[in-house]
Amino acid sequence: MTEEKILEKVVDILKPYAKDANALANVSLETNILSGLKVNSARLVDVVLAFEDAFGIEVGDDDADKVETVGDAVRLIQGKLA
Amino acid sequence: MTRRRVVVTGMGVVAPNAIGLSDFDAALRAGRSGLRHVPRLAELGFGCTVAGVPEGADAIAEAYFDADLLMAMNSNHRFGAIAAVDAWKDAGFARPDPADDHVFWEAGAVIGTGVGGLDTAGERLVPMTDAGQVRRLGSTIVEQVMGSGVSARVSGLLALGNQVTTNSSACSTGTEAIIDGANRIRQGLAERMLCGGSEGASHYIWAGFDAMRVLSRRFNDEPERASRPMSASAGGFVPGAGAGVLHLESLESASKRGARVYAELLGGALNCGGHRGGGSMTAPNPESVRRCIAAALADAGVDPGEIDAISGHLTATGADPNEVEAWTAALDRAPGELPPITSTKSMIGHALGAAGAIESVACIQMLRGGYVHPSLNCEDVHPRIEPFAGSIPHELRPMPRLRTIIKASFGFGDVNACVVFRKWTGEPGLGPRSQEDHA
Repeated sequence: MTEEKILEKVVDILKPYAKDANALANVSLETNILSGLKVNSARLVDVVLAFEDAFGIEVGDDDADKVETVGDAVRLIQGKLA
Repeated sequence: MTRRRVVVTGMGVVAPNAIGLSDFDAALRAGRSGLRHVPRLAELGFGCTVAGVPEGADAIAEAYFDADLLMAMNSNHRFGAIAAVDAWKDAGFARPDPADDHVFWEAGAVIGTGVGGLDTAGERLVPMTDAGQVRRLGSTIVEQVMGSGVSARVSGLLALGNQVTTNSSACSTGTEAIIDGANRIRQGLAERMLCGGSEGASHYIWAGFDAMRVLSRRFNDEPERASRPMSASAGGFVPGAGAGVLHLESLESASKRGARVYAELLGGALNCGGHRGGGSMTAPNPESVRRCIAAALADAGVDPGEIDAISGHLTATGADPNEVEAWTAALDRAPGELPPITSTKSMIGHALGAAGAIESVACIQMLRGGYVHPSLNCEDVHPRIEPFAGSIPHELRPMPRLRTIIKASFGFGDVNACVVFRKWTGEPGLGPRSQEDHA
């Protein structure tokens, strides 16, 4: 799966959680999920579960803890799919 | 210290027969039943296959709340939050922007629930935990199963900064919440309190009651006839769901902002029968019921003769005749002199922790409109209630001079709650006028 395709899916998953719709519309790999998109930190758990379901992967707690930006998520998923 | 006066300046309701004040008023006047056959209950072998579930609440929730909130809102949260937001707006306040850091320190909430988020527990928490999938439960379980989840949800939606809590006292919960919130305002600890109750729609909530054989079983084929308070053929209550919320406010605050006032909460009382003298976990001690009603009248400063109408607890179990006799004793009336007595549950079933709150909204609608709503399905009045038959409105009873109404709720645990409301007759636009001259 291309990085572009993964990014598209990741953004789609983040959509219901992002309180800042503007930031989501202008999202880049550098966008911080919590401070940039204003996702409630407790909901990161649900976002990671949604990644697992959408991409058919498993994300351990240590890996999940390292995800801060959209790019971190895309690279993590890319790595799992490789 | 002089006690501060408390008035009702807004309301919200999610009931099985209507959502929103104007449709609820129309439903009450028409005697519209909200009870329907629930196929799932039949599939599961329930003795009672009828329930009162608000229709269209999900569509309203989707219009009111963001997607990420909805993922963490079970039916209890949805009903409670819709009613609370509606009460807030009805009182003249805009919904705050989530990005605005202003907190309403003077406003709080007591929104109770009888059983709580058993749908979340039954559909996700228990099966997933038992299957070893704890990790996959996600972040939204705790806030949906914690007792205070519904009031916590509302505080976030409306930026409430005063006391925010969920009370629980079984079927007296909604009425207790109203009294507790009013007392906080009376004490000067809050200016505005959103008070009421919410109960989700879930067969997990209703199953235990069905097993106790306290639910209606003989009218499954005729859902609208299944809830029969005060009837000789009453055979148990019909479970219901929904929410009612009153926006209670100090008279000072309401006057200062020129708020529209529906009614004054004159007073109320709470007690417990101690599971003695005929009381038990499931039955009320008759003396405690009489004492609770008398204490509410005393707290309200109202003579029993001033009561114009009664909104009973009246669930359609064997306790109805005892209740009617308790009203007669507490109000010191002879048979034939009892004020009109009605049961909202005849239309919507028993919404458990939400019941007293939805029924209090009904009381205030009746005060506003000058009527007593019909009490359905008791054409065959119970023999012990026969002496009071003239007090039961089988159809809409216009009462243009309806001024003071009393509402009681009784719950498992032998707990009682009773509240007295009076119609507000202040001049519109001139602010509330003193009501001290009624005697």
